[in-house]
Amino acid sequence: METEFTPFLSLAGGMLIGASAVLLMATDGRIAGISGLASKLIGRDTDRDARSVAGMFILGLLLSAPLWLLFSGEWPDQFVADNILLMATAGFLVGFGAVYGNGCTSGHGVCGIARGSARSIIATASFMGAAILTVFVTRHVFGGVG
Amino acid sequence: MKQACALIAGVIFGLGLILSGMANPAKVLNFLDIVGTWDSSLAFVMGGAVLVTAPGFALLRRMRDKPIFAETFQFPTKSDIDPKLLIGAVMFGVGWGLGGFCPGPALTSVPIAAFGTLVFVPCMLGGIWIARNAPELSKPSLRHLG
Repeated sequence: METEFTPFLSLAGGMLIGASAVLLMATDGRIAGISGLASKLIGRDTDRDARSVAGMFILGLLLSAPLWLLFSGEWPDQFVADNILLMATAGFLVGFGAVYGNGCTSGHGVCGIARGSARSIIATASFMGAAILTVFVTRHVFGGVG
Repeated sequence: MKQACALIAGVIFGLGLILSGMANPAKVLNFLDIVGTWDSSLAFVMGGAVLVTAPGFALLRRMRDKPIFAETFQFPTKSDIDPKLLIGAVMFGVGWGLGGFCPGPALTSVPIAAFGTLVFVPCMLGGIWIARNAPELSKPSLRHLG
């Protein structure tokens, strides 16, 4: 399915994401890496301070779509595949891989690159490459999955 | 106060994800489908985010020696490119390319309650938990293979 090219909305949304990351660093001194924050929230031995900040940030994420609904009158537009095996495998790989690799698109791709971190630049290039290859194989070799 | 700021930061982040289209797996997958129904919008998301975060972080470090409500700026200190980084990034990338979700958008999408999201997120949390808590995973070594 095609989606609309939305350079201005995407740029604006990206700038909000950036503003959020700067806000979190300015107030609490933490990287707005979602996998890291989620990991602290459900991890066994996190200090209470880290856990409460992570929990509140994630609560904010969970509230954003309902707020969008409240102010726009509709849920955000999205299409999500419903193949159970596909989404379960995808979920596990995303969760495990992000924590094992110390970051995801927000941690490495936004915050890490913004800091000029070589680790993050390499991680981002790696996951981008892997993701692009995966989509190529699923869509153009196998003709689509899910 | 620290927690309130984290909550606000989370809401802003989530709204940014929604506005930018990042919360729509179809749009993300099209960004990764460079030979197919390519939608380059998400390049503007990362671009917009880094555009704000890069100078934002730099200014913060220059203007302040500590965050407003915490003791230190917790910028990551690792600099080596280790196997974990690459393995994790590739696993994450494959999962991202399969499901079109990374952690932030997945959590943001929970209230919308698409079936695929409700499968993805628990599996993602499971993957996060295992990567975080399984002690033998923190030091990969060939000894474990026998």
